[in-house]
Amino acid sequence: MPEPARGLPGALGRFRGSLPALVVQRVAVGLVTLVVVSAIIFAITSLLPGDAAQAILGQAATPEAVAALRAQYGLDQPGPLRYLHWLAGLATGDLGRSYTAGVPVADLIAGRLPKSLMLAATTAAVSVPIALTIGIVSAMMRGGPVDRALNLITLCMVAVPEFLVATIAVLVFAVKLGWLSALSNAMDIATPTQFVRAYAMPVFTLCFVIIAQMARMTRAAVIDQLSASYVEMALLKGARPARVALRHALPNAIGPIANAVALSVSYLLGGVVIVEAIFSYPGVATLMVDAVTNRDMPIVQGCAMIFCAGYLLLVLAADLIAIAANPRLRHR
Amino acid sequence: MSAVARLATLPWPGRIGLAIVAFWLAMAAFGGFLAPHDVGAIVSQDVFGAFSARHPLGTDYLGRDMLSRILHGSRFTIGLALAAALAASTCGTAIALVAATAGGWVDEAVSRVMDAFISIPSKMLALVMVAAFGSSPALLILTAALSYTPGAFRIARALAVNVRTLDFVQAARARGEGLPYIAAVEILPNMVNPMLADFGLRFVFVVLLLSGMSFLGLGVQPPDADLGSLVRENISGLFEGAPAVIVPAAAIATLTVGVNMLIDSVSGRARAVEA
Repeated sequence: MPEPARGLPGALGRFRGSLPALVVQRVAVGLVTLVVVSAIIFAITSLLPGDAAQAILGQAATPEAVAALRAQYGLDQPGPLRYLHWLAGLATGDLGRSYTAGVPVADLIAGRLPKSLMLAATTAAVSVPIALTIGIVSAMMRGGPVDRALNLITLCMVAVPEFLVATIAVLVFAVKLGWLSALSNAMDIATPTQFVRAYAMPVFTLCFVIIAQMARMTRAAVIDQLSASYVEMALLKGARPARVALRHALPNAIGPIANAVALSVSYLLGGVVIVEAIFSYPGVATLMVDAVTNRDMPIVQGCAMIFCAGYLLLVLAADLIAIAANPRLRHR
Repeated sequence: MSAVARLATLPWPGRIGLAIVAFWLAMAAFGGFLAPHDVGAIVSQDVFGAFSARHPLGTDYLGRDMLSRILHGSRFTIGLALAAALAASTCGTAIALVAATAGGWVDEAVSRVMDAFISIPSKMLALVMVAAFGSSPALLILTAALSYTPGAFRIARALAVNVRTLDFVQAARARGEGLPYIAAVEILPNMVNPMLADFGLRFVFVVLLLSGMSFLGLGVQPPDADLGSLVRENISGLFEGAPAVIVPAAAIATLTVGVNMLIDSVSGRARAVEA
């Protein structure tokens, strides 16, 4: 029984603990976390030992020129004030100007974000069905030879660095077999064949690790449900094992599975950095890596915020799916 | 069952894992002395040479001996990762013990801060740190430790909170022991084994993070090279199928897969014994 909210009369009392209240609460927690994350990222990037203006102009610059540039970028203001300016800019989509290119960071990111999202979406579309199948099958056959083999394979796959998968893929498919080009330009995609040729290797590389991760977490979630007493009951009344797994256990495992998918897809955010770099894929991650090399702080901050926001959004989505899939929470 | 006896009855994936881990630890400790050539010496006219008797793992883009480069690189990879994983596990456990024994608002506040840190993906934190401070071994250790402390904290806190409610801890409280005594003598010994398994996982994460950063050119800087830098500097040999690209990448994979296999067997057995 849900505990009735005490001391809150009428509508407000009913609202607390209801489904919309849970949703509002989760969204609020997500937003607060995002603000804290932005503060951490800003603090790190503005604790610079050197000075961005000095770095841009070089050691030979006159003090006046440095001071002028500092004023232009607002670097002469105190840290907390700069943070609030930056935060207000973030909220309105203004991420500042790149130090090296001089163009708005938002424009640079906007040009590349669709490509990164396309890569992530294709990877998710390929990996999620495969991973869920592997996870559910090994949970149903737990302890058996198939499960143990899959466990060992996925255990090895999660620990392999992306660049090994990528280099072997290039070696086999581009160098030895000559089926694919090693560089994924993703520029002129008109036909499905061109799409496959451009995306096959980056997507394969990303899928390799996250399928294993997702399958392992799905297996754990389903096994957790299969050991519950209602499953024993269903088996005792004579339901077939496949039916027990799919009709009885799986609906209850949706919450943990959604969590597993979100965590794995968020791992993709890290993997994408390596994969975009290897295949010279023109996405947000290559933009960020170049910016780190050039110490172009506004781009680094903007890209880091995009990735962190993406991560929080995935975790939030998993949370909301878990709430929606849990009948005990739904019928409060 | 003693630790030695437990290792002797490991299933075969665990034994393979143990052998691989022991091999790499030995290479990290003594590899530098075994290296046939000086790490920076150009010893062959043949760049991106294949496997041969003179150069068992081929030669790199300048004609340096890959075996020597890898023996030295593994010391960087394993040394940095051990330091960072040790720092992350120790800090995470210590903070978790303080939070769990103190309870109340301390626990709440610490957990919230850790939750915020955990929502910055480790590669993002590493990229931001390197952008701000430049790359150095000390910064890489600090960054990796910072990235993985919240995860270790989460596991350690869950364990400590479980132990906290057990009778012997209540008894210690009742006889008036102080919080440091309860944390160190009553709670800590009961969470050492799972935290060791977690330490192994953190080590794998750090190896993958740092070699990824080196692969991007943002980790260990030349003239030093870890295994990730070796992949990066030889990447142009990929189209010739040079061993210089594949071998260091495969070396990282054997290390991380080996640790994973060992932990999976050990912690799986620990669970089976408890159940």
